[in-house]
Amino acid sequence: MGDFLMPTLGADMTEGKIVTWLVGPGDEVHHGDIVATVDTSKAEIDVEIFEDGVVEELLVGVGEKVPVGTPLARIAAVGAGPKAVTEAAPPSPPPPAPKIPVPASAPSPAPAPPVSTDGHRTRISPLARRVAADLGVDPQTVTGTGPHGSVVRADVERAAGTTAQAPAPPPPSEAPDRSTAMRQAIGALMSRSKREIPHYHLALDIDLHRTEQWLTRHNEDLPLAQRLTAAGVLLAATARAAARHTDMNGHYVDGAFAPADGVHLGVAISLRAGGLLTPAIKHADTLALEDLMARLRDVVQRARTGGLRASELAAPTLTVTDLGDRGVDLVHGVIYPPQVALVGFGAVRPRPWADGDALAVRPVVTATLAADHRVSDGHRGALFLRDIDRLVQAPEEL
Amino acid sequence: MSTTEPTARTMSYREALREAIRDAMQADERVFLMGEDVGAYGGSFGVSRGLLDEFGPERIRDTPLSEAAFVGAGIGAAMGGMRPIVEVMTVNFSLLALDQIVNNAATIPHMSGGQVQVPLVVRMTTGAGRQLAAQHSHSLEGWYAHVPGLKVLAPATVADARWMLGPALADPNPVIVFEHGSLYNREDEIGVEDAAADITRAAIRRPGRDLTLVAYGQSVWTALEAAEALVTEGVEAEVLDLRVLRPLDTHAIVSSVTRTHRAVVVDEMWRTGSLAAEVSAVLTEQAFYELDAPVGRVCTEELPIPYAGHLEQAALPNTARVLAAAREAVGGDG
Amino acid sequence: MTGATGTDALRTMLLIRTFEERCVELYSAAKIRGFLHLYIGEEAVAAGIMPALEPTDRVVSTYREHGHALARGVPARAVLAEMFGKVEGVCRGRGGSMHLFDVAHRFYGGNAIVGGGLPIAVGLALADRMAGRDHVTACFFGEGAIAEGEFHESLNLAALWRLPVIFCCENNLYAMGTALARSESEVNLTMKAASYEVPAWSVDGMDVDAVADAARRAVLSVRAGDGPCFLELRTYRFRAHSMYDPDLYRTREEIARWRERDPIDAYTQVLRDAGALDDETLDGLREEARDAVDDAVAFAEAGTPEPVEEMARFVYAEEAAP
Repeated sequence: MGDFLMPTLGADMTEGKIVTWLVGPGDEVHHGDIVATVDTSKAEIDVEIFEDGVVEELLVGVGEKVPVGTPLARIAAVGAGPKAVTEAAPPSPPPPAPKIPVPASAPSPAPAPPVSTDGHRTRISPLARRVAADLGVDPQTVTGTGPHGSVVRADVERAAGTTAQAPAPPPPSEAPDRSTAMRQAIGALMSRSKREIPHYHLALDIDLHRTEQWLTRHNEDLPLAQRLTAAGVLLAATARAAARHTDMNGHYVDGAFAPADGVHLGVAISLRAGGLLTPAIKHADTLALEDLMARLRDVVQRARTGGLRASELAAPTLTVTDLGDRGVDLVHGVIYPPQVALVGFGAVRPRPWADGDALAVRPVVTATLAADHRVSDGHRGALFLRDIDRLVQAPEEL
Repeated sequence: MSTTEPTARTMSYREALREAIRDAMQADERVFLMGEDVGAYGGSFGVSRGLLDEFGPERIRDTPLSEAAFVGAGIGAAMGGMRPIVEVMTVNFSLLALDQIVNNAATIPHMSGGQVQVPLVVRMTTGAGRQLAAQHSHSLEGWYAHVPGLKVLAPATVADARWMLGPALADPNPVIVFEHGSLYNREDEIGVEDAAADITRAAIRRPGRDLTLVAYGQSVWTALEAAEALVTEGVEAEVLDLRVLRPLDTHAIVSSVTRTHRAVVVDEMWRTGSLAAEVSAVLTEQAFYELDAPVGRVCTEELPIPYAGHLEQAALPNTARVLAAAREAVGGDG
Repeated sequence: MTGATGTDALRTMLLIRTFEERCVELYSAAKIRGFLHLYIGEEAVAAGIMPALEPTDRVVSTYREHGHALARGVPARAVLAEMFGKVEGVCRGRGGSMHLFDVAHRFYGGNAIVGGGLPIAVGLALADRMAGRDHVTACFFGEGAIAEGEFHESLNLAALWRLPVIFCCENNLYAMGTALARSESEVNLTMKAASYEVPAWSVDGMDVDAVADAARRAVLSVRAGDGPCFLELRTYRFRAHSMYDPDLYRTREEIARWRERDPIDAYTQVLRDAGALDDETLDGLREEARDAVDDAVAFAEAGTPEPVEEMARFVYAEEAAP
């Protein structure tokens, strides 16, 4: 025989209290007999037993509250006789059902949200927050023009100096908060580059003697605005070379390199108030030198007046930084993610140059390459730089 | 009798409903119309005028004022193989049949483990705006839209009045159709048939890029009026007509706001626990990072609808309130 | 279960009684959860009415419907598996004790809203009428439902439209714990029906022969197109309203008096007196009931729970309407 258990007497009953025992040890019970009264906290209910037998021992005393399913009495088969009954107190009920587990340690408090100077949280729309993260702008520093002065997407884009839809209004003056925001954007991007991209760096001195001779002849009869420059030749040569060296031209995304289907040359342009834009000259490798020069002048002009189109800012495939007019010799570049290379040019200076056994003074520029080791190595990079040199030597073919 | 002319015609919302009922009754002899005063009187709102002569009292069935019994009888008849259209005069009286709709129609298909279908259509008038005071002016669409097992429609246009009944009757589930009382006289040109007539999707009634006005029923027209006015302020508002209140076309809501980044919901329910609240929650859950402004709501003020005209108008969503909410959403940037 | 009274009726009553007594045990052991409303004492009503119906007729029931379902022929296995919440149950575990549906047996539900089933019965009858079928719908409800508006609306509508409904009012004297006289100004229930021009009889619901006679008369009249009729079946539940009911509203003496009229004992005696039942047959019937219930318990125990991912199935129809 077995135990007589605390029955469930309703949908919401989890425990019950014995109010009375109508049987005791030694009593014979039959299927259907009422053996106890149980207080379910809602009502007192007569409880029946569903077996025949003899009560051997009461396990739960009057007044005790136990969970449903707790043994209340031990029932023996008829004839087995009651065990010698001791007046021992009924054993304690099984432990209550486990409560909802409590985490071992409380979660550490969240960092306090950024607070504006007046003590209120800066209002930033969820969209603006997302776009700011994409552009590397700290939205806390942006002046909001949305509902209740909230920072909306347009504010963030303006701050980043980019605009996804309409041409950005020309900034009347490069306001301090704008350049601050831009500095933060550049900082975020370059930090990412330094963090993620294993850079290698190469340098090559290029003799521009032939090039300058050719330029002098070419520019002789041309008005100032149409004259070609050494910088233009370097740019054109880089574009042509990049078309052949596909592992320098493209994007590294989601763990893999995707070569670009055209050379969209990013041209780093510094702004007067500080900061930097890199508009792309699309399909730069296919443009005649004159056309490339014209495009270069145009984007520099518009970058400095805020007239760039969004499409021009979208995704260059390789960037060229020419700091020649700033008078430095060597550019030790940092790649713009997700691009995989950056070509730098320093100033063109007369330098001593060994030409065979003879020592000459030549106009020389140092070309540098910063490239991504995940995509190429020094050997490939060297070939690329050498190719630029070769192309520069034949400007008439550009 | 031919029910459709070969070309587009102009008709009223009321006529469109009547033609839809007539069409359905001619197409399927299991379809019948039942409700208070649908027969001899011609329908409280004149929708069924003339149908008694055409179809007789067995199929255009006047009922006693026993909403629970005749809505429940509609459920039973649907379970027994018929295709009843039950007209409950107004949503206000449907409360007397709420037990049948919520406890029976909505639960029995599931509770029976899929053994029983309830292909029933319940039509009812809803809404305020006609100085009928509190007991005849409720907008409780959201109560029904809360209940799994029901489908809930709100035709706002004459074309939807004409073409939503067919798919509603073909649906194997109980379908509740809300007809706003202010719409019956609205006239419009409709096509011979509307291939796009469905009871699953919301519809863009006016495209725009700056702001989405989400609405249903009569509020669609309020939203359209506001959208017109916003043009002069340089704001292009999109008007999204929900059409189907359950299951909500959340995809349409989210994709519109993903384009416009701002939303104002216009809803004649009371604000607390309204459908507008649901739409707003959907946007928070599914389009949070697209939102460039808080979601705005234009709902009925929290009071029983008063009788006096100026009070009633002040309590209801109107164009001015939608405009104000829209301006708020576009902010100084609009 | 169709056929005449006699040992068939006894067999049905024994099956219901045995099934429900086992339910008490299974509930106490938490195998069955939710609410459990027992029909014990009222078996003669189901056992008397169901045989008068054709298989194509329809039944609408209440939340105290195990007896109705079993008497109608719904397999005990599927009923108990439902109460165990198993996928093998009649409703795949979605209905439970109070919501047994079996369309194959034209059994349109237990209904846990008092009075909620009456309008549905009217609608089922309306469908049959409009489609030209001569089916009848038997609609069960307790006397408590008479206080509901749905009762009055439904009787009126069925009478107004002369629909084939047999309204079977199981008057067990208590709506939960409220005695009839404490809730109705007029306790003569047939008067209520008569006020809607519905023919009404009061029947001794503890006498299965009397119930069967009344049911046959009612079905004949209703099927002939004479409109609905109303049967008041005077009965008594021996057990509490539900498992959670301390039975405070009636005396033990009253229960004991009614138990003396136990419909199974009474009918056993009738059959013995008529020489239609001997001990061997009776033992056989009891054993048959026990075996059927044992089999149902084993079946329900062995059943499988519906996967949780299937939970939302059937909220909306999975197939197009026919």
